[in-house]
Amino acid sequence: MVETTSYTPTELLACVASHILEDRKSIFVGTGLPMIASMLAQRTHAPHLLIVFEAGGVGPQVPVLPISVGDSRTFHRAVAASSMHDVMSTMQNGYVDYGFLGAAAIDPYGNINTTIIGDWEHPKVRLPGSGGANDIGSLCWRTIIIMRQDKRRFVNKLPFVTTPGYLTGPGAREAAGLPEDTGPYRVITQLGVYGFDETTKRLKLISRHPGVTIEEIQANSEFEIIIPAEVPESTPPTLEEQRILREIDPSGMVIKK
Amino acid sequence: MEILREGQGELIGWHDPDEHRRWVRENKSRELKDKQMTVAEAVERFVHDGDFIAMGGFGHIRIPMALIYEIIRQRKGNLTMAGKTAVHDIDILIGAGCVNKVEVAYSFGHELRGLSPAGRRAVETGKCKVVAEISNAGYQWRFLAAAMGVPFVPSRNMLGTDTFEKSSAKIVRDPWSGKPVCLLPACYPDVAMFHVPRCDKYGNAQIDGILVEDFELARAARRLIITTEEIVDEEVIRREPDRTVIPFFLVDAVCEVPYGAHPTQMPYLYFFDEEHIHEWLTVSKTEEGTREYFDKYVFGVKDFEEYLELVGGVRKLSYLKRVEQYRAPMPA
Repeated sequence: MVETTSYTPTELLACVASHILEDRKSIFVGTGLPMIASMLAQRTHAPHLLIVFEAGGVGPQVPVLPISVGDSRTFHRAVAASSMHDVMSTMQNGYVDYGFLGAAAIDPYGNINTTIIGDWEHPKVRLPGSGGANDIGSLCWRTIIIMRQDKRRFVNKLPFVTTPGYLTGPGAREAAGLPEDTGPYRVITQLGVYGFDETTKRLKLISRHPGVTIEEIQANSEFEIIIPAEVPESTPPTLEEQRILREIDPSGMVIKK
Repeated sequence: MEILREGQGELIGWHDPDEHRRWVRENKSRELKDKQMTVAEAVERFVHDGDFIAMGGFGHIRIPMALIYEIIRQRKGNLTMAGKTAVHDIDILIGAGCVNKVEVAYSFGHELRGLSPAGRRAVETGKCKVVAEISNAGYQWRFLAAAMGVPFVPSRNMLGTDTFEKSSAKIVRDPWSGKPVCLLPACYPDVAMFHVPRCDKYGNAQIDGILVEDFELARAARRLIITTEEIVDEEVIRREPDRTVIPFFLVDAVCEVPYGAHPTQMPYLYFFDEEHIHEWLTVSKTEEGTREYFDKYVFGVKDFEEYLELVGGVRKLSYLKRVEQYRAPMPA
C-alpha cells in the first residue's frame, strides 16, 4: 500500500477511524465522519461490516454519503428497512458491537455533551441534544467517539452529560443500571487516538498522528491525559483510501470541511 | 417498586390509560368512511392553539410540509412539539412563531447542514422553551407505551446522565434483576401528522422504506392527519394488506398532496431540495429574513400547489426525482 504524505486533517481522521473497525462486526453509525469511516472500512478491510442506522436501516451497501441517518441512502441495498424500535431494541439486546458518535465536548471519563453551552434553563448556546447518542453510548458494547480536540472540548467538567461514558469512574455505569461491560472504547481527534485506562477509566493516549508531539496533545486538553512510555504513530492514509473517500463523498460535504 | 430517582423535566402528553381508553371509545369512529378533505380544512378541524403536536418521518425525511405551511398560514399558536428528531419541521414552525414549547431528543440542528439559526435563536432568547430532554430511543418508546395502552415502558438508556435528570422519566429498581431501570412514561400527542406515498380515502396508509417511529406514533396520538402523494383505490390496500402501516380507524383526515414533503426527502420518489433548505438556513439568520421567507412562501401563495410553482415547478421536481433515483448526481 502506498502511503501518502499529502492529506487533509479530515482525511486522516476518517482513515484512522476506519482502521479501528473490524470486519464481521456490527456498528451503529451517526451522521458525518462516523458514516464516512464506516463506508471506507466496508470498501477496504471490512467488507462484511454490518452497518446499522438508528432510523431503521440495517445492513445497507451505502452508495454515497447520506445527509441524514434517516435518508434513503441508509437503506440502499440493505438487508432490512425497519424501524427505530427494532434497531434500538436490537442494540439493547446486545447485537451491536460498536457505536460510532461525534461529540461537541468530552470529559476524562468519556462522558459527552451535545446539549448546551452554559446553563440548561438559559443556555448560551443550544445544541441539538442527544438524538440517538445517549442510546448508542448506553446500549452498544463499545463506543467510538470522533471529535475535534482543544481545551474547550477536552474539559474537566461538562456543563451537561448528554451521553454516558464511564460516568464518575470504575463501576459507575453498572451502578447506574447501564448494561454490563459496555462503555467508551476509543476517542479519535485531529491529534491522536485515545483509549481508557483499565483501572481508572480515564482517557489514555494510544497513538499520536504523524508529526504531532506529546506536548501538543497535552496542551490541547484541560485535563491530564495518561501518556504511556511508548506511543506509536497512527497509520496515515494511503492513496487508495483517499481515492475511495472522494468516491464516497463526491461533493466534499464532510471530507472537504 | 422502589423509586430511585426522578427526572425533573416536564411531563407532557401523558394520560391515565383508562382516561385515554374512554377518550378513544367516545371520539374515534370505527366506521369505514371517506375522510378526504383539503389541507386547510384538516388543519382547521384538528389542530388547535395550545395543542401538543408530532410529525411523522425523521426531521427532514417524509415530513408533511403542506400541513406545516398551513398551520403557519392559519396562524396557530402556543403549540408544543415533540422534538423526536425534529429538524426542518420544528425549525420552520418555531421560526414562524407557532411552536413555543418542545421536549427535545434532537432539534435545532440540520445534521450535516449545521445548526438551525431560527430554532437556536428562539431558545437562546427564551421565545421557545425546552421543557424536557430525552433520547431518540426514549421518545419512540414513550410512543410505544402509549400505543400499547400501558403507563410506561422500561428501558436501559438515559441512566446516569443529565439527559435523564432533565427528562420526565423515573428510575426504579427492577423487581426481577434488582438492577436500576429507567421507566419512560407513555406519550399521547394531541395530533400527529404524516406524509405517505399512498393511502386510500378511508386512511389506510402504506409507507415505503424505513418506518422510523411512525408505527408507534400513529397508535399513540389522538388525532391523525395524513397527506399522501396519491389516493389509491381500496383494492390496492386489500391486495397487499401486509403493507398497511396505519389502518383507517386511527386516521381523522386524508389529503391528497403530491410532493407534499418538499423540500424534505420522500424515499424512492424525490430527494431533499438542498437549494431551498439552504435558502431557509441562510435567510433565517435574521428575524427580518425569516419574516420575508414566510411572506413569500406561505402568506404569498394561496396553497401548496402555488408554492411548488414558486420553488421551481415541474423542472425542479423532476430533477429531485432523478437525484433520488440515482439518475442525476447529488447536489453539493
